Amino acid sequence: MSAAEQYDAIVVGSGAGGGMATWRLAQAGLRVALVEAGPWYDPADDSQRTQFRYPWESPRRGASTRLRPFGDFNACIGGWELDGEPFTTAPDTQFMWWRARMLGGRTNHWGRISLRFGPLDFKRRDIDGLGDNWPIGYEDVKPYYDEVDKLIGVFGTNEGLPNDPDGFFLPPPKPRLHELYYIRGARAAGVPVYPARKSILTKRINNDRGVCIYCRQCDRACSLHADFSSSTVLIYPAVASGRVDVYTNTMVRKVDTGPDGSATGVSCIDRGNRQELRINGRSVVLAASACSTARILLNSISTQHDAGLGNSSGHVGRYLHDSTGASRAAFLPDLMDRDIYNEDGVGGMHIYTPWWLEDANLDFARGYHLEIGGGMGMPSYGFGFAANQYNEFLGQRVGGYGNGLRDDVKRFYGSRLSIACRGESVPQYGNYCELDPDVVDEWGIPVLRFNYRWTDQEINQARHMQDTMEELLEASGGILLGSKPGPERQYGLTQPGEIIHEVGTTRMGDDPATSVTNRFGQLHDASNVFVADAGTFVSQADKNPTWTILALAWRTSDYIIEQMQQRNL
Amino acid sequence: MNMNRRETLKSLLLAPLAAGAAATAGCAPGAPVHWTELPREYSYGRTEAEQQRDRELFAESWFSEHELVTIAVLCDIILPSDHPNGGALDAGLPDFVEFIVKDRENLKLPVRGGIAWLDSYAVNEFGADFVNIDEPQRLAICDRIAWTDVEDPVLRPGIRFFSLMRDLTLTGYYTTEQGLLDLGYQGNVANVWDGVPAEVLARHGLQYEPEWLDKCVDQSRRDIIATWDDDMNLTS
Repeated sequence: MSAAEQYDAIVVGSGAGGGMATWRLAQAGLRVALVEAGPWYDPADDSQRTQFRYPWESPRRGASTRLRPFGDFNACIGGWELDGEPFTTAPDTQFMWWRARMLGGRTNHWGRISLRFGPLDFKRRDIDGLGDNWPIGYEDVKPYYDEVDKLIGVFGTNEGLPNDPDGFFLPPPKPRLHELYYIRGARAAGVPVYPARKSILTKRINNDRGVCIYCRQCDRACSLHADFSSSTVLIYPAVASGRVDVYTNTMVRKVDTGPDGSATGVSCIDRGNRQELRINGRSVVLAASACSTARILLNSISTQHDAGLGNSSGHVGRYLHDSTGASRAAFLPDLMDRDIYNEDGVGGMHIYTPWWLEDANLDFARGYHLEIGGGMGMPSYGFGFAANQYNEFLGQRVGGYGNGLRDDVKRFYGSRLSIACRGESVPQYGNYCELDPDVVDEWGIPVLRFNYRWTDQEINQARHMQDTMEELLEASGGILLGSKPGPERQYGLTQPGEIIHEVGTTRMGDDPATSVTNRFGQLHDASNVFVADAGTFVSQADKNPTWTILALAWRTSDYIIEQMQQRNL
Repeated sequence: MNMNRRETLKSLLLAPLAAGAAATAGCAPGAPVHWTELPREYSYGRTEAEQQRDRELFAESWFSEHELVTIAVLCDIILPSDHPNGGALDAGLPDFVEFIVKDRENLKLPVRGGIAWLDSYAVNEFGADFVNIDEPQRLAICDRIAWTDVEDPVLRPGIRFFSLMRDLTLTGYYTTEQGLLDLGYQGNVANVWDGVPAEVLARHGLQYEPEWLDKCVDQSRRDIIATWDDDMNLTS
């Protein structure tokens, strides 16, 4: 069947990029079809709500499952493996792929860490000769970052740092106790530390959304809309405008194109009744996530686009890259026998360390930032495991039974300090996703096959991360836990895809021979098809990608509006 | 769910298998062991696939009655009920352990095999299954396998198993209402975080850096809508 209406724009995917495109295009008066593969989602709906649940409300006490890999109370419906939707990896390569299937996509579980890319991040080739420059610079994106800050809200502080730009920030929350220990340690080690930057409303931003009530449960999605999820902040208001139709549980097979090669709509399948559905539109905005967008393009084969839509350069799927990651933890004897009070705070860290060695001479090219963890969180499955393992450091026996274990649990509650590093990798032409010609998913859509290997750049960076984390944890008064991973474990480097910052598969550029879209996310090969997710990133900085996805999606949307006004679309 | 009221009790007789040696104290062979029954219906924002999975798990019988009783006795030894905040049986630990072992495939073999090891060891040492020996004998075994620094290769499987049961018991207990009370956890409620309490800072010999504090949110103005000047300074 076919939807009756000819939409001005069809937006595929409802995460950060799709939500922003939907909101902006609807605000400009366009009629928009928003297509989402998963169900409608409302964190305040009691049948979907996980916020403010106590651990015993889950029979598994919040333990992870294959259906909720980040824990039973996590908001994100999706995971590393989806029933009926496989993907493959080429021999001797690795890739982990997280897919959300719900309104708002992965913005339902992200860390809300909202970092602008800096001027250097758009021009890395100029600095280290590796990879490529973006065709645009910070000055092109800055006005959109500014608008995103004010529309969505982000706390942080203006520090005047050269590559971590200032913004229109809400004030940050005060640090927690373990964070004060980290600050002291970082000062002693000569490593900078600043208030974190997160899209959580520490102060009212409008009369529609609530203000943070410090439950630390952003990853459960906020029923007060006091943090940024694409659904609650962008899609609900867009739908309220009356100009948006949301097609949930609808999976896009391909973009349909006409005799002139431009898009006429999308072909989908309704996941509920398995019926085919065609949606017609004047333009198509792909924001299905970097890899899903590449998959849709590669599957959109036609006479005019015989290698897939937008793929005359052969670059769709190429330059796939993810952030690097490594982590370490320590036991802080200073934090034994704590006074117990409510220190939930906002979801995740109140402080962080941005990359501070831009000018250092190192054996890897790109930087990383440090995320700080710890505190007296709410118990869930896993709490109390190895309850008195730190006795080892106190010259006491580990193990036992009886009521004395209660004292052990309380003695060590909140005495752990952890650091997670998130870094920039160097994009490689040879790291890519492609269609696997032999495998389809349950909807009959050919699936992706991944080809990804880290290079020495990332491995050397991970070694540096490990040294840094040890130095900072010890400077904070910590006794290191576990062992330091060496070369046999690539220094604890996470797997490609594991940090869920995958970008680059439809990169932007001025040369149609080496890029998929132009600097506005418009396909070189089809002027009414756009990419509004992280596929257009030429390089993923040592920053989390969401704030840049939002800024670029807004910029692409403004370009679409302008092109329509000029009757170029 | 108020599990302080032990109104819903599950009971299983010790020694559901062969009759064991006579015992004198505590959970005597043949005596019932009671625990609070946990709910089997949950509603906390589940998808249809998740509801289906949990229905299947609750319908599945994985442990024998003997295994369940052994789990109950072990949980009770690890966290006994003679405490104002209740113990493992008050918190329904056997039901939790049963569910979580069914839910997590990697626990099934260690728990089943661990119980079998424990029974075999008890038979060798005292002539009957773990639940069918008397309480001093049970505690004598626990004393040998409760500490992780014991290197006796004969005891290692038991030590591994006991550590696992200790982990499951503590995690199961500290994720109940009694457990949060015992711990003193104060969170999971709407509140306004305004920094570490002054007395806690003093106890740790720490203070906020004044210039850092100046940047932080003034909670008395949190409800005033944010405005900025053109230089990115907050003005409200």
